[in-house]
Amino acid sequence: MHLYDLDILLMEALGFYARINFERTKMSTIRSRFVAIGATAIAASLVLAGCAASDEETTTAGGTTDTGDATVAGCEAYAAYAGNEGAEVEIYTTIIDPEASLFIESFVEFEECTGITINWNGTQEFEAQIAVRVEGGTAPDLAIFPQPGLLASFSDSLVPADADLTASVDANYTPDWKTYGTADGTFFAAPLGANVKSFVWYSPKTFADNGWDIPTTWDELLALSDTIAAEGNVQPWCVGIESGGATGWAATDWMEDLMLRFQDGDTYDAWVDGSLPFNDPKVAEVLAEAGKIIKNPDYVGNVQAIATTSFSAGGAGVVDGSCAMHRQASFLGGILVGDYGATIVTPTDTDVEGGITTFYFPGVSADNKPALGGGEFVGRFTDSAAAAAVQLYLTTPEWNNVKASLGGWFSANKGLDTANVADPVNKVAVEILQNATLFRFDGSDVMPAAVGAGTFWTEMTAWVAEDKSDKAVLDAIYASWPY
Amino acid sequence: MMQFAIFAARKTPWDIIGENFTLLAAALLAFASVVVVLFLVAGRATVRAQEWLKYLVFLVPALLLLLVGLIYPTIRTIIFSFMDAKSENFVGLDNYVWAFTIPEILVVLRNTAVWVFLVPFFSTAIGLSIAYMTDHMKRPNVIKSLIFMPMAISFVGAGVIWRFVYAFEPNENRADIGLLSAIVKFFGGTPPNWLLESPGNTYLLIAVMVWIQTGFAMVILSAAMKNVPDEIVEAAMLDGATPIKRLFRVTIPMIRATLVVVLTTIIIGTLKVFDIVRTMTGGNFQTNVIANEMYSQAFRQMNYGTGSALAIILFLAMIPVIIYNIRQLRLERTER
Repeated sequence: MHLYDLDILLMEALGFYARINFERTKMSTIRSRFVAIGATAIAASLVLAGCAASDEETTTAGGTTDTGDATVAGCEAYAAYAGNEGAEVEIYTTIIDPEASLFIESFVEFEECTGITINWNGTQEFEAQIAVRVEGGTAPDLAIFPQPGLLASFSDSLVPADADLTASVDANYTPDWKTYGTADGTFFAAPLGANVKSFVWYSPKTFADNGWDIPTTWDELLALSDTIAAEGNVQPWCVGIESGGATGWAATDWMEDLMLRFQDGDTYDAWVDGSLPFNDPKVAEVLAEAGKIIKNPDYVGNVQAIATTSFSAGGAGVVDGSCAMHRQASFLGGILVGDYGATIVTPTDTDVEGGITTFYFPGVSADNKPALGGGEFVGRFTDSAAAAAVQLYLTTPEWNNVKASLGGWFSANKGLDTANVADPVNKVAVEILQNATLFRFDGSDVMPAAVGAGTFWTEMTAWVAEDKSDKAVLDAIYASWPY
Repeated sequence: MMQFAIFAARKTPWDIIGENFTLLAAALLAFASVVVVLFLVAGRATVRAQEWLKYLVFLVPALLLLLVGLIYPTIRTIIFSFMDAKSENFVGLDNYVWAFTIPEILVVLRNTAVWVFLVPFFSTAIGLSIAYMTDHMKRPNVIKSLIFMPMAISFVGAGVIWRFVYAFEPNENRADIGLLSAIVKFFGGTPPNWLLESPGNTYLLIAVMVWIQTGFAMVILSAAMKNVPDEIVEAAMLDGATPIKRLFRVTIPMIRATLVVVLTTIIIGTLKVFDIVRTMTGGNFQTNVIANEMYSQAFRQMNYGTGSALAIILFLAMIPVIIYNIRQLRLERTER
């Protein structure tokens, strides 16, 4: 008997902290970690190439957008940040190696020209430690917040954005991004990197072999599914929502994506903050639309088995050609490459066996292009000119292009040239972000934990596994909302 | 310069090992000095004082640990169970009313009851029969080791192993790795999605726990059977008792106290079952049990009120079993 007492003790002791952290940030960190791993795997060669290049031709490594051929010419672009020679700026963040070294590399020219030293301080303990540091009076100059909710809890300590930063963010990002960097009506934090979830994974070879076209509206998507189902060789969709204790989150992403498509941004926000009841007819409409695919046996085969198919194994069908489409965020690419022998290709590579890529999960009409995703935000704690200069520089198209060209990374910056984004999936992501008529964060990450990490997951699971009715599902989630 | 900052921030493994060993040495030194001081004091004290010192030295640390590790958390959990999600306001009995009225939680309570009834019954019954059958065997060790081995596997490990056994592959094009499905297919049947179909899935999870606990029951009961005097067994044989009759009329009454201890110990373990459910179904598909729901409520949904209420319900359910268990243990000791 002592054996498993010890077991639980061990689990509690060792896994406790990690787990709480894990559960608290829900899947978002995990997913972004997958993104990182995946992106790194894909872009490994690119990074290596980049490193090698920078050894040989340091002057041009700064990026393709620079016109100059030497540091002098480059430095003219940094005149706005002058006057801070010798200053040090600490950036406190969750981003650690291998991604951290790419960030550090992207600052080199800025540092040489402005004389500002950027100290990158990455730790996985960020979420727990940032409060300690701010309370203890040793707040970092800049902090990269992985989620807007955390940012909002520091609105008393953060320095509001100055006029330059506000102007730059207004010029380079859509208003939605500025809103997420705003707390209590004050704009604090500038957007940094981004990730996108509104993807459908598919195999260009399978599509080309069967003569299918990429759908651009929701109706076209359903029509294509019908066509594939009627041909009968390939299952139109693979869906998997199993994820251990977090089973169901993949289904909540479907709901969120469709919520943005069938309702507007305000309705989405009301739904997330609870002012729109979870069993409202508007939500029911969205769930019914999701059910058109997820609960249609002609599209997904065994509906109940969705609940026992892991979210990663669900995508494997696209690789081996047993199903045509799979809706999942960009991080899935890394898993499919690592575990299922997939190759990430461009949409025009139609002859690669096991080659996969993505298209945009379409809106209700061709000009309805909402995007679901996430991103990081840079907040400033110290009132120093050097820190403000770094914060401003990070919002410029110049830096975003330099950073993106180092690989495995993209942002929502409107000045980001997709030519600098090598990975085909990230390229699609940047296009989605730049064309997005509406951008929203993953709603279940923002909802109260009782729903966002509780009943929303379990009820969506029961919806497929036990064929629970739409009404019963929404009523049960509504009942659990802590009003 | 920047590079320098990075290298300065990163410790080499030797730095970390050095730091940890310094800490360890300091801790050992502190402990040794406390012991030395105690001996010094004890050596100079009078006999009467030494008597008191004895209680002080042996009881106070144990009491302190009990206070910090058991009594304080219990009181805190009880208080939390009457408070709201963030432990800010008192809400009376709301959390308990919630636990006994919400249909999802009623399923949890029902499942826990099924577990508590079936696991001890089957593990003890199977363990007892194997112990009895191997009692007079010449070389029982191989069989006993095989039965006992699952006991050495952690619950999480067992959960993962059995998830493979129950695996279900909906796609006919892909290899089916489920052992149970393979057996059903061999006999021409169509396997269901094992972990999905309620209530069968709860029984499949219970089978995992029985698989682990049988070895425990067998070993303890087998040891108890060795203590049954041969004369009594022989007398029963001479009177013409069949092996089955000997089991029920002689062996079981003789090892009754041990049997009760085994049963109650397994009941306590089963009430707390968490890992198996969490690894195999995550509490979905109507298989949830109280310990898993308690964890979800408190640490995933961040509702300390309902989580604590479930913990207290579990605690209250366990107390009578523990009391009975301890009384039987005492009884067994006095019998010998």
